[in-house]
Amino acid sequence: MSAEAFGDVRREELLIHVICGLLDGCRHVAVGTMSPIPGSGALLAREKRGMRVTVLGSDLPEHRSDGGMELFDMAGQGRMDAFFLSGGQIDGQANINLHGAGAYPNMKVRWSGAFGSAYLYFEVPRVILFREEHSPRVFVEQVDFISAPGVSPPGVRRRGGPHALVTELCLMMFDRERARFSLASLHPGVTLEEVRDRTGFDFDAPEEPPTTGLPDAETLALIRGPVAHKIAEAYPEFGRAVFGVEAAA
Amino acid sequence: MAMIESVEALAARVPDGALVAISKEPFVPMALARALIARQARDLHVVTVPVGRLAVDALIGAGCVATVETSGVSLSEYGQAPFFSAAVKEGRVRVKDATCPAVYAAMQAGEKGAPFIPIRGVIGSDLLKHRPDWKVIQNPFEADEDPIVLLPAIQPDVAVLHVAEADRFGNLWVGGLHHLKTIAHAAKRTVATAERIVEGNLAADPAKAPNLVSDLYVEAVAEAPGGAWPMDAPGFYGIDDAAMRAYAATARSASRGEGGEGWLDVITPAQAKAAQ
Repeated sequence: MSAEAFGDVRREELLIHVICGLLDGCRHVAVGTMSPIPGSGALLAREKRGMRVTVLGSDLPEHRSDGGMELFDMAGQGRMDAFFLSGGQIDGQANINLHGAGAYPNMKVRWSGAFGSAYLYFEVPRVILFREEHSPRVFVEQVDFISAPGVSPPGVRRRGGPHALVTELCLMMFDRERARFSLASLHPGVTLEEVRDRTGFDFDAPEEPPTTGLPDAETLALIRGPVAHKIAEAYPEFGRAVFGVEAAA
Repeated sequence: MAMIESVEALAARVPDGALVAISKEPFVPMALARALIARQARDLHVVTVPVGRLAVDALIGAGCVATVETSGVSLSEYGQAPFFSAAVKEGRVRVKDATCPAVYAAMQAGEKGAPFIPIRGVIGSDLLKHRPDWKVIQNPFEADEDPIVLLPAIQPDVAVLHVAEADRFGNLWVGGLHHLKTIAHAAKRTVATAERIVEGNLAADPAKAPNLVSDLYVEAVAEAPGGAWPMDAPGFYGIDDAAMRAYAATARSASRGEGGEGWLDVITPAQAKAAQ
């Protein structure tokens, strides 16, 4: 699956809709850098349900915060209900690796680093893992380096952790007690076998998984209208490429 | 009273081997980074607050850096940081991996003059295995099991900042970028470039006074319009997309020894203009 659409619904629009559906009941959702689809999902949830959304990298007044520190302090106090993380590798226990492939420190391939993950994964109740590329090189049995662990032993204080995983193929939910993913829905046209083939870890799945629902006309109008214009402010290229809109000057 | 001098003179105030704090964007001190490269600074221990972008990658590319203490170095939407990734892979730069709130917290301990600060999370991350200076203790205020990480304070030798405005006393106006205050407070010395140096005393302006790095902390200032270019300085200019792309491409080649000799020119204003 690449850039193809589902009828008149673009792949990005489906993912935005799926992410929005994971944010029910949140009061404050924050979105890190390089996350136009999660950012759009959060902005859609705001259009529908009126929550507060902080999009890092946006200079709109509603997204401004007190320099870089306040966001982490908000999380540490429980004032952030959802956040998004990703990984160069993600394993079946929801450990994420943002550091690189191979043996640390002189890794075969070195990526950027942990960013805020080693903290936010513990402090934000609902962390949504988002990685479009669904392949065995990303979804591995065991990550080469644990930038942030999916679960913690009893005794370690942890209010947050992994909630769901959204990819180009499917939606999975994470069970923290069992430290396992389970398939929740397959995007239209995707088979369970395809997901198994392209996932390096074992996961639970119903015999006949449901199909991910498409956004309705009203939702699509919100995505293509106010959401597209807001996200283009932080991600001009994404706004142009996906929605054909320019950021407000 | 801070000295008002040239960017080159500021760079001379950053000695080889110094622990140097550099902030994330916006207002990345690119003019100062270029001056450090020009003076062939060596063995710097760069701490990125909390992440590093173009300035840190270029300093590594020019051989100025021995150690980088960071929560992540990348060119963001322009991809991985080529010189950083190559240098870490080849073991030419020692990396002390951190996580964003840990860098901020350790800087806050530094500004308080406190020896350490606790932080939640982190336990179970492989970061801990490679940071022997980070300790896990039992929370002394809790009877039940409650392990928590302690971070040693960071007190940089020099904070290297770029800001929107400075005055002739050395007050730096940072707008909403309050972490720049924390960096300056934590550092032993601060040198800064500013988009402009204004007449009068910024501390006398009630709208600006709450958002100043006070001159008490600032050793020297240089006026450097375009001092963050090709990164962004909101209110002055946005990111220079063409220059960033040119850097990402040339630095990538250069980091692999496959050409890319012009990587420094594409982020040097005079050369970049001449090339157009």
